[in-house]
Amino acid sequence: MSRIDKKFVELKEQNKAALVCYITAGDPDINSTKDIVYNLEKSGADIIELGIPFSDPMADGPTIQLASERALAKGTSLKDVLDSVAEIRNNSDIPIILFGYYNPFLAYGLEQFCKDARSAGADGVLVVDLPPEESSEFKDVLEEHGLNLIFLLAPTSDKERIELVSKNGSGFIYLVSVTGVTGARPDMNYSLEELTVEIKKISKLPVGIGFGVSSAAQAKEIASFSDAVIVGSALIKIIENCNDDLAGKLSDFVNGLSEACYR
Amino acid sequence: MKHKFDYPDEKGHFGIFGGRYVSETLIPALSELCDAYDEAKGDITFFDEINKYLGDYVGRPTPLYFAEGMTEKLGGAKIYLKREDLAHTGAHKINNTIGQIILADRMGKKRIIAETGAGQHGVATATVCALMGKECVIYMGEEDTKRQALNVERMKLLGAEVKPVTSGTRTLKDAMNEAMRDWVTYVRDTFYVIGSVAGPHPYPMMVRDFQSVIGREAKEQIFEKEGRLPDLLLACVGGGSNAMGLFYPFIQDEEVKKTGVEAAGHGIESNQHSATITAGSVGVLHGSKTYLLQDKNGQIQEAHSIAAGLDYPGVGPEHSYFNDINAVDYTAVTDEEALQGLSFLSRTEGIIPALETAHAIAYAKKVAPKMSKDEIIIICLSGRGDKDMHTVMGLL
Repeated sequence: MSRIDKKFVELKEQNKAALVCYITAGDPDINSTKDIVYNLEKSGADIIELGIPFSDPMADGPTIQLASERALAKGTSLKDVLDSVAEIRNNSDIPIILFGYYNPFLAYGLEQFCKDARSAGADGVLVVDLPPEESSEFKDVLEEHGLNLIFLLAPTSDKERIELVSKNGSGFIYLVSVTGVTGARPDMNYSLEELTVEIKKISKLPVGIGFGVSSAAQAKEIASFSDAVIVGSALIKIIENCNDDLAGKLSDFVNGLSEACYR
Repeated sequence: MKHKFDYPDEKGHFGIFGGRYVSETLIPALSELCDAYDEAKGDITFFDEINKYLGDYVGRPTPLYFAEGMTEKLGGAKIYLKREDLAHTGAHKINNTIGQIILADRMGKKRIIAETGAGQHGVATATVCALMGKECVIYMGEEDTKRQALNVERMKLLGAEVKPVTSGTRTLKDAMNEAMRDWVTYVRDTFYVIGSVAGPHPYPMMVRDFQSVIGREAKEQIFEKEGRLPDLLLACVGGGSNAMGLFYPFIQDEEVKKTGVEAAGHGIESNQHSATITAGSVGVLHGSKTYLLQDKNGQIQEAHSIAAGLDYPGVGPEHSYFNDINAVDYTAVTDEEALQGLSFLSRTEGIIPALETAHAIAYAKKVAPKMSKDEIIIICLSGRGDKDMHTVMGLL
């Protein structure tokens, strides 16, 4: 069982939906990344997604695009992110997913990446622009190194897509709440519940929901029918706009979300 | 075994290239598009409609013009120009937008979006949207809106909304990112008209099919005029749609050499160029696996070319495939050489080519003198140069 699998089992016993927190690694700089991760964990995050900055983040809205640009301006590479994961592992056992676009992984070398990711202590990857039909090469190497491959599903996905993702994915399924790019949204579409039920009929994997979660109220609603609440842009905005006491502000926000995840 | 030109496969791969590297939200839209295109291909009325517009509206067939002055001046092979600059809107781009927007109409999509670099594809899209009564949004890098201001005004006049893109390098690749983001958001009622043989499957195949009218006509015309196949085909390559359009109908004629001319910008060694196949490496961008300009960490590098339409760090995946199986040669000429090419064609033939096209002319200047007088070159004169006057002024 991977750290991710274990975490879902553990949370089920606590009757809590997993709070998955996304931050872009290297924003504002790579040294802050590990402190932010510790802070998130302490404040109630259950799983961390570390965004790998990419020059052309096609699936991201302005908030994460800018975070990615800031991280790249600081020279953050995939190698730096792996080094950071290794450091985090000295102090924390929180499951870590590397979240990014395919090209930086390809450039690193898939085999080499999996080896290094495993030894750094990462638990899985989510590659936004790698749907199941293009993933077989990466999937094989990831499996060989005991790493999870997490896929997305969207409101546009039909039964066939759900089956394909269920068959090829591991860890959990990331359900994108709306058609669109990442970004905090005030209103969410709650017919998501039906889609979640559909997915759970087909797949045994936990289902997490993200893209647009920005408040504890939304988190509570999502936690009532899914296995994980995924928050990204709302956290990045706090990091982006913060002049002082970042730790305190993040902690307040994440504490609220975490409490909302208890059913 | 698959024949080497029998691509893409059912998943959109050309050998190792191509495919569908997009986020899950777009997969159903791409499948829907594939199905709609397959169905349309089996329907003779689809082609009747396309051909009606290509004939009466675009003005096809475009002439295959024997460039006597250029041929004499260079003193080698006979040079023919396939006059896509004479197509309505002044470039080959409209061959594709007619096809895609008729398809969009069949699919019941009311809103059309597109990316544009030089503005030629944007103008061609806006034009056909005006013709067919579609809402039209064009994404264009802010940098390009400045150097191609005339085309921005044309698009607006045609009723399109032009959205300047300020992310990343503010050029074609960023316009494509932004168009993808729009599509992923409004996927249910929006049709994304990609302007080159790039992007996720089925775009590279579909754009190739729509642009192949260039090569089909050229083949027929050269047989009429010379009674034989040409020896060399030349076309500029950014994303590569005009080159694909000319080359593809000749692809099984292996005795016909084909050379795609990329933009060497300030020179390959300067690292400021757009010579993706000549100097790039394999990666994934904008939905397909292809040659890219990237750094060692897999970050996409800024491309440079004096020609906005070539200023792109990727290339159509089928070109990457043709390169690797040696079906097409790829080379590159500099900004300076392209400027000389533009000036040369203007003076010798009275035709001002687009700066993109001028790259193919510049290469012809190098290669034609080395060929014999009974050999034949066809150059795809992909677009007219009016849009570039602002860039060229003061440089020549």
